[in-house]
Amino acid sequence: MAKLVPLADGIAELVRDGDTVALEGFTHLIPFAAGHEIIRQGRRDLTLVRMTPDVVYDQLIGAGCARRLVFSWGGNPGVGSLHRFRDAVQNSWPGPLELEEHSHAGMANRYVAGASGLPFAVLRGYTGTDLPRHTTNIRSIDCPFTGETLTAVPALNPDVTVVHAQRADRAGNVQMWGITGVQKEAVLAARRSLVTVEEIVDELTPVAGQVVLPGWAVTAVAHVPGGAHPSYAHGYSVRDNAFYVAWDEISRDRDTFQEWIARHVRDAEVQA
Amino acid sequence: MSEQYTADEMMTVAAARQLRAGTACFVGIGLPSTAANLARATHAPGLVLIYESGCLGAKPDRLPLSIGDGVLADTADAVISVPEVFNYWLQPGRIDVGFLGAAQLDRYGNINTTVIGGEYTDPKVRLPGAGGAPEIAASCGEVVVIVRQSRRTFTERVDFVTSVGYGGGPGDRARLGLRGGGPRTVITDLGVLEADPDSCELTLTRLHPGVTVERVREATGWPLAVADELSTGEPPTAEELAVLRALEATMRTAA
Repeated sequence: MAKLVPLADGIAELVRDGDTVALEGFTHLIPFAAGHEIIRQGRRDLTLVRMTPDVVYDQLIGAGCARRLVFSWGGNPGVGSLHRFRDAVQNSWPGPLELEEHSHAGMANRYVAGASGLPFAVLRGYTGTDLPRHTTNIRSIDCPFTGETLTAVPALNPDVTVVHAQRADRAGNVQMWGITGVQKEAVLAARRSLVTVEEIVDELTPVAGQVVLPGWAVTAVAHVPGGAHPSYAHGYSVRDNAFYVAWDEISRDRDTFQEWIARHVRDAEVQA
Repeated sequence: MSEQYTADEMMTVAAARQLRAGTACFVGIGLPSTAANLARATHAPGLVLIYESGCLGAKPDRLPLSIGDGVLADTADAVISVPEVFNYWLQPGRIDVGFLGAAQLDRYGNINTTVIGGEYTDPKVRLPGAGGAPEIAASCGEVVVIVRQSRRTFTERVDFVTSVGYGGGPGDRARLGLRGGGPRTVITDLGVLEADPDSCELTLTRLHPGVTVERVREATGWPLAVADELSTGEPPTAEELAVLRALEATMRTAA
């Protein structure tokens, strides 16, 4: 059974220095509040895993939480570049950032293999690109049935996966809908998992297109209304597009970024 | 007399005209999404838009600012998981047209969206990276690239191959086992380039109104091949411009 915990306790217990941590959510349901709690608790040397390290990982990287990034697309969606990510790669600020770079198809399949208890996944991918020259975790494999050469990528099994969802019940069964991305695979692939939710309810009413994660497959659930902002929770909030645009200015300069993190994350009043 | 329009508007309209009703199109955010939605709102209402966030057959009435915009999920025929998008829909070749942008592009349509200058581990400019592009370029029936044309972008060699076009020339796609047709068409703010069926080289086949061959050559970092029968495209119609501007206005309101 998933435990119902306050967010700060969930992060303190489940996310440790040096861990491999996946925060997933494909534009929708991005667990921003959990990311901010990781920054507040000063986690270090994390290997951050995420298909689309967008603004939330820009914040974690700029705040000095990350040593390594495993990803497939690092930009500010619909806006442009991630300045903290670029500064880390180009100038090692606030520290060097090691990259393990993939394509979306490769990352998605790595989570599928992780969730499936397999050591690797097979796909038609990466062929002819320069990615395998720099990412040793992309190899080729011959099909034992046809002899065709395909691509293999190893399973991803994060120490902990954090996602945001619309609802959970008191037994920790989690319900999400709308664009659900790769969250189910990312949770099932992880050793531990934390789900932040908009609402805790007595009973989960079925919703079209829902994904349900049974409470016994989740480690902990935290009630964090608005925990996806500036991303959104379908049916609860809309994406704060203006914030994504504003982030471009905030993050461009190191001082402005640090002031923002100090004011809105480190010194922010957090609900218990 | 046609209305005044910008080079970007001409490019988007030319890209939209490329798309046909009844085909399935893999759409990225930005110019491709604008062009695809313009096509759907004008001559190709039956165009099937697929966004990598998992929205199959999305029918947004405004331009989404991100590929995971709620309006895409609300209007889609089906919302599926991201592994399913790539494994069940893209990989087996179910998607007819893939729409890609580029930071660098070479004469064989190989695309770089990863790093520019320096070494991979110590680049001059770090770009977002691959996203879905390598497998879109590999597996879609054909690829349409939409990109502003300049020497900085149209380079003799790309600094990093993120997505394969025709590799080093004829036969390379087959040798690599890439099943899709590759980048047939490149639409820019100056004109349209098409891959020559024999040499695979991107060849200027159409100019936008008012653009000269000389200007396109100047904006190309390799000796540009020009088709014998070079045509000039039609300027945007009043309807195309009105619909395009209305769509773009919806994005400004949303932001």
